[in-house]
Amino acid sequence: MTDPSFLFGQFVSGLTTAMFLFLIASGLSLIFGVLRVLNFAHGSFYMVGAYSAWQMVQWLGPRTESFWLAVLGAACAVALMGVAIERLLLRHLYGREELYQLLFTYAVVLVLGDFAKYTWGTQQLSVPRPPSLEGAVQLFGVQIPYYSLFIMLLGPLIALGFWLVLSRTSAGRMIRAAALDREMLTALGANTGWIYAGMFAVGSFFAGLGGALVTPVRAIVPGMDVEIIVEAFIVVVIGGLGSLWGTLLGALIFGQVLAFGILVFPGFSIFAAFGLMAAVLILRPWGLLGKPLK
Amino acid sequence: MLDVKNLRKTFDGFTAVDGVSIKVAERQIVAIIGPNGAGKSTLFNLVTGHLRPDEGEVRFGARAITGDAPHDIVRLGIGRSFQRINIFPKLTVFQNVQAAVIAHKGYGKRLWGRSAELCRDETQALLDSIGLAKIADETSAELSYGAQKQIELGIALASEPKLLLLDEPTAGMSATETRDAIALIERIVAERGLSLLFTEHDMEVVFQIAQRIGVLHQGRLIAEGTPAQVRADPDVRRIYLGGHA
Amino acid sequence: MSARRIPWVLIVFLVIVWIPWLGSRYYTFLATDIVILALFATSLNLLLGSTGLVSFGHAAYFGIGAYACAILTKTHGLPFLAGLAAAPLAAASFAAFFGFFCVRLTRIYFAMLTLAFAQIVWAICLKWNSVTGGEQGMPSVPYPDMDWMAALPLLGALRVGEKYYLVVLVVVALCFALLHMIVHSPFGRMLTVIRENRERAQFIGIDVRRYELAAFVLAGAFAGVAGALFGIFNRGVFPDLAYWSKSAEVLIMTLLGGMGHFWGPAIGAATLLFLHQLITAYTQFWPFILGTILIVLLFVFPGGIVGAIHAFWTRFRKRGPRA
Repeated sequence: MTDPSFLFGQFVSGLTTAMFLFLIASGLSLIFGVLRVLNFAHGSFYMVGAYSAWQMVQWLGPRTESFWLAVLGAACAVALMGVAIERLLLRHLYGREELYQLLFTYAVVLVLGDFAKYTWGTQQLSVPRPPSLEGAVQLFGVQIPYYSLFIMLLGPLIALGFWLVLSRTSAGRMIRAAALDREMLTALGANTGWIYAGMFAVGSFFAGLGGALVTPVRAIVPGMDVEIIVEAFIVVVIGGLGSLWGTLLGALIFGQVLAFGILVFPGFSIFAAFGLMAAVLILRPWGLLGKPLK
Repeated sequence: MLDVKNLRKTFDGFTAVDGVSIKVAERQIVAIIGPNGAGKSTLFNLVTGHLRPDEGEVRFGARAITGDAPHDIVRLGIGRSFQRINIFPKLTVFQNVQAAVIAHKGYGKRLWGRSAELCRDETQALLDSIGLAKIADETSAELSYGAQKQIELGIALASEPKLLLLDEPTAGMSATETRDAIALIERIVAERGLSLLFTEHDMEVVFQIAQRIGVLHQGRLIAEGTPAQVRADPDVRRIYLGGHA
Repeated sequence: MSARRIPWVLIVFLVIVWIPWLGSRYYTFLATDIVILALFATSLNLLLGSTGLVSFGHAAYFGIGAYACAILTKTHGLPFLAGLAAAPLAAASFAAFFGFFCVRLTRIYFAMLTLAFAQIVWAICLKWNSVTGGEQGMPSVPYPDMDWMAALPLLGALRVGEKYYLVVLVVVALCFALLHMIVHSPFGRMLTVIRENRERAQFIGIDVRRYELAAFVLAGAFAGVAGALFGIFNRGVFPDLAYWSKSAEVLIMTLLGGMGHFWGPAIGAATLLFLHQLITAYTQFWPFILGTILIVLLFVFPGGIVGAIHAFWTRFRKRGPRA
């Protein structure tokens, strides 16, 4: 059990899981940071992204680029769906109590869940790995699929991209301002509507992207929306709601907890996950890298 | 009665209150004036336990109350009203004040009995003394700003305080409303023998009723004394009164 | 207006007492379900409607109550009353411990911590095989000893499920009486004040955290009673009684009925269960319908059913005298 290559294998598995989680959780954190809405439906966006990717692969047929087109297409579709939901429905609830916004996103979970069941049925679906990333590399006695390596590299790249946009561009400045004080921003004449719609679009895009990219690795099945949203919540709480690097850190920690939890005893992972979430909320509610509460 | 010594509070590098000391004697009326952002509300928050000071001490009578929780400080006899309207919106005027009376008398722990029946006489008396009796059954959220400010006062008085802290009691009021509000406050304070510490923007009000004035500027108390002394103080004239006589 | 004078509650109670004598197992089953969940939802409303605290983990106390009762009556063979007494005690103890940490937080963080604790409870129920039966749960929790009922007139002819319905009705009625007393008491008024303006509440001398914790514990206790009753009714206690989807379900019930009114959650429970039964007979896509109902509720009827009736009644009253 303490065989080093086995441990390394678990570590790699934890990293891959972490990066998938980061893709989804980053959108969740972003939406909370700017819109102050905890989007329960984020897991549903992930699920729709997965199903859409599968659907597009079916339509595009067995071409070499069809996987990548499907992934991009799925992410865009989810982004559009997210914007529609936000602009047509969610924005009317902004002035109201948080409870209403939360329950609305939960309603979306219910609706999207059944929509997926209706459209694609309850059978497990899957998508084959893209030909360009088939195969694996041997490292320290462990087979690491190229696809996992790709995911592991994508995570930090996206984080870096986010960071660059947020800190170096004027759009990023406005987003950060909106996160700090939305009333002031409206008073200054900025079109907060576009910012919110945009943020929701970006967040949804990455949820859909995560869902689409996970299809070669995990089965597409009803219930994947609920499973992932709980994990995403844990990640953003640990890292700090609204903090980009916090989400990355939270994802990394949680990924390892999931990977090594099995070694302690089966089922330890659930305890560790929620125990960690509770511990963070008790000791440091703003998370590891979040901003202290008032 | 109230002895504030060297209070300091810093937020993220910005010093909101910087070594402020002020005393309020029994039955005395003291005003704190200063431009916006001078730290008046922060000072109140520090004294009433809403914020914890980084340095300094607050004594009420013989007792140190620095950093105590607001509900404990209220029980000791300090009542506070807020600059922005801070009442219980969905309750009626009567219920607003009644709740405060119930809490003050310690009935809040009772799980039995109808709260609507409790302390009705005391509440009515209080409403009468403030002049809210006519609108007692109106929902407080629907009332005018002036009426809501009166409710603010009523809630603060319900705790039978010995010291009243009023944060900008005439903010947003017209000249007539201000006159009425000040007359009411003066009467209440005199009737009940209270000490009063209040912050204000309206200079006329301040010079009219305050026995001592403290001038706050950028977190520091730059002048303190009788109205005449403060009026004559060169720093105050320069920074705040801006040339007015 | 004369509608206020009519003792609605008494009338409804007298009507639903007679359900077993309709002779339909189905109606008795549905009625038992509604009555128990009405208690569960009303217990949540002590937090939500009265104090303004949004809990995502109320099902934890439902589950703890269910397991406590089941463990005492099934595993240890103790009488029903012991189980029924243990349920609120166990639930309240956990609520006190969890609540202590939760009330230190506000709003979304409070909600998240209630969720985290509830999931920990669920995980314990799921994994502690020796005590809770693990994933299989504890099937066939014994009914209370109801043989003494055979001696009473009218009751002798009833079946087990119907006799149990009457037991449930009595227990729940008692709980509702207690909850009604609490909500209208000075303590309840303090909770309302906290909901209306948490900051101001402190400044009238209320130790807000202590009151919130008290509300949390009381709500948990009553949820525990509902759980104990449910475990027997459900013919088994399973981990999903503590799962967050159950918390979401009861939250929706409370909102549907109207969290601003004491009887709102009860009405919401009845409505939701009726709708569930009706709609699942036609389609498997109940979640879709529920989601749609929820959206309509949030946008059009935020006050829930009771809120809508109240608004309609007020408008009707305003128009009446002029005509």
